[in-house]
Amino acid sequence: MSALIESDVAALVQAAIEKHGRNPDAFIPILSEVNHVFGHVPGDAFREISRQLNIEGGRVNVVESQLYGLASFYDMISTKPRGRHVIKFCENAPCHVVGGKAVWDTLQETLNLKNGETTPDSKWTLVTTSCLGLCSVGPVLLVDDDMYGNVTPEQVTDILERYE
Amino acid sequence: MKTKRAMILVSNDPESIRLGANEVVQHLNEALASYDLQDEVDVSTISDVGYSNILPLVIVYPDTVVYGPVKASDARYLVEEHLYKGRVVNDLLAPPKALTGPIGFLRGHKGYNPAEQRVVLERAGRIDPESIEEFISANGYEALGKALSELTPEGVIEIIEKSGLQGRGGAGFPTGRKWRFVRGAKGEKKYVVCNADESEPGTFKDRLVLEGDPHLIIEAMVIAGYAIGADEGYIYIRGEYGLAYQHLETAIAQAKEYGFLGDNIFGTDFCFNIHVHAGAGAYVCGEETALIESIEGKRGEPRSRPPYPTTNGLWDKPTLVNNVETLANIPPILRNGADWYKSLGTPSSPGTKVYTIMGNVNFRGVIEVPMGITLREVINIYAKGMKPGSILKLAQTGGSSGSIIPADLQDTPMDFESFRKAGVSLGSGALLICDQHTCIVDLVKVLLQFFRFESCGKCTPCRVGAQRIYEITKRLTQGQGEIADLDIALDLISEMERTSNCGLGQTAGTAFRGMMTHFREEVEAHILNRVCPTGVCSMDPETAQSDYIFITQEK
Repeated sequence: MSALIESDVAALVQAAIEKHGRNPDAFIPILSEVNHVFGHVPGDAFREISRQLNIEGGRVNVVESQLYGLASFYDMISTKPRGRHVIKFCENAPCHVVGGKAVWDTLQETLNLKNGETTPDSKWTLVTTSCLGLCSVGPVLLVDDDMYGNVTPEQVTDILERYE
Repeated sequence: MKTKRAMILVSNDPESIRLGANEVVQHLNEALASYDLQDEVDVSTISDVGYSNILPLVIVYPDTVVYGPVKASDARYLVEEHLYKGRVVNDLLAPPKALTGPIGFLRGHKGYNPAEQRVVLERAGRIDPESIEEFISANGYEALGKALSELTPEGVIEIIEKSGLQGRGGAGFPTGRKWRFVRGAKGEKKYVVCNADESEPGTFKDRLVLEGDPHLIIEAMVIAGYAIGADEGYIYIRGEYGLAYQHLETAIAQAKEYGFLGDNIFGTDFCFNIHVHAGAGAYVCGEETALIESIEGKRGEPRSRPPYPTTNGLWDKPTLVNNVETLANIPPILRNGADWYKSLGTPSSPGTKVYTIMGNVNFRGVIEVPMGITLREVINIYAKGMKPGSILKLAQTGGSSGSIIPADLQDTPMDFESFRKAGVSLGSGALLICDQHTCIVDLVKVLLQFFRFESCGKCTPCRVGAQRIYEITKRLTQGQGEIADLDIALDLISEMERTSNCGLGQTAGTAFRGMMTHFREEVEAHILNRVCPTGVCSMDPETAQSDYIFITQEK
């Protein structure tokens, strides 16, 4: 990691701690915030969070492995780099029975990716997700924070073309 | 609130925005200004209209005329005709039958969906969720005022007990009794936790409440805090619900400003604060002890019980955990009384239930109806029947952990008691309606895929069991199944029900068991004839590999 990003991590962690506090109930929100900015939580960030939470002499003592344990448990936090755009496809039953499988197959073919993979040019990461609570407009997919409902296999290319 | 003669609501759910809702709003405002109507007519937005095929929607109040789909170029004409000249624009009207959800409900007052009764979703979609004034003008915070000024904490609990309200999270535990347990628990410090980790596939009722009526939950939590003797609350909301999170934060800030939250609420000695805690993506955190672990900054692994959260919950203090829909019932009960509430629904299950309808039906969306209506009524009245060419084969209630209900049970009243007798569970209120093209084995495979992914891995029966049952089911879809596998799977499910640490493992096999009870012939056709009667399963060991591939550790 370059020096620039390292200082970014430190500043970001500091801001997140100021916002969410130093108690254990802040751990997951802090990780989420780092994940939101970088697309994943880099290894150095675990060290930085643990360092900043411990040096102030508060009652919190958290070690890196504990934070990593959190990041690996929760789906929305990634520990490995992802593409510039992450496509999340709902794979649950409500979307499945209204044609989700065909959309998923088209996505995999169009991007030449399988679940969890990233394109060589780091543009796309394709993952499945559990229910997004948009079942009345299934099949549903999410590109970054943009939601698409009533998706048909024919629309897949059109949706992907909107992203640089 | 300023007095306006009319209000225009424009749908701004993500799909509407994609189809140009923001431009519609802009053009409406411009058109209103050009007719000098900007002080008479208000333009606002509505985030969830409950259905999808005629977006963006424009609804004009107080006439409750629904237009859709509306393009930006229609805006000027619409303003000129409807708001300036007072004539309904017939060619822009939304098709009358294509309306479900909150807007469909409004039409309901004109003879539509006669049985629908909104208690929980009373305001969702009708008020601006970011305006506390609109909430107050719709009887908001009245119940809190009543509780704090007229009732003792004991009196509040008595009313809730008398109303017969049962927890809407799925288990149906009597709410009043739970409150009494926490009130009676030893300890100075107590917590109220709102379970808004709505992750059950097919369930999005809580999202509607949180996005459309966030103050309702705040009001209910403060009442709960007063009743049980707590001064602090957490709303645990799933990380995916960004808009609901924003609306809650806004609502909390407004409520503090108005003195409904914080110190000396309503000028009394009672103080209560609420934190919103966003999850980070884990289905198991809907289980109350896993949720508590997650707030405490740990992996969301359920605790062994007892002790229950009512005595040893958040930070080991007595904690009341209630679902969003349960809490949403509290203020209306206090406002209107226990007898009013008991007049809704059935004697054993009073009140209303919010259902989410999905699958192969004409209209998918949310309804709120009295407890005890039947599946047949839901499909034929609210869902406007099966899709053309579709015949009901089965319904799955309550999300992934719910039961399979074959077509011949569709006349069973849907309330906790009747469903218990029929051996099925009402669960979270999700109703997935499947037609004859649905292969039961394929459906169960998708459900099990969910469980093996979401199992937290703490206890062995669930971690390994969900995986094994999934493998057995997958082999069925690949033409590799054996009759002996079925008994192995059923044995495994019995063990999981008996020994799993939490509800996730205990219910993971429910759908498989339902499949064996009601559709044994179809399952056996996959094994004995190596044929999928509906033609959905590939029955081919090679091609089936392209199914959703599970990655043990993709991070």
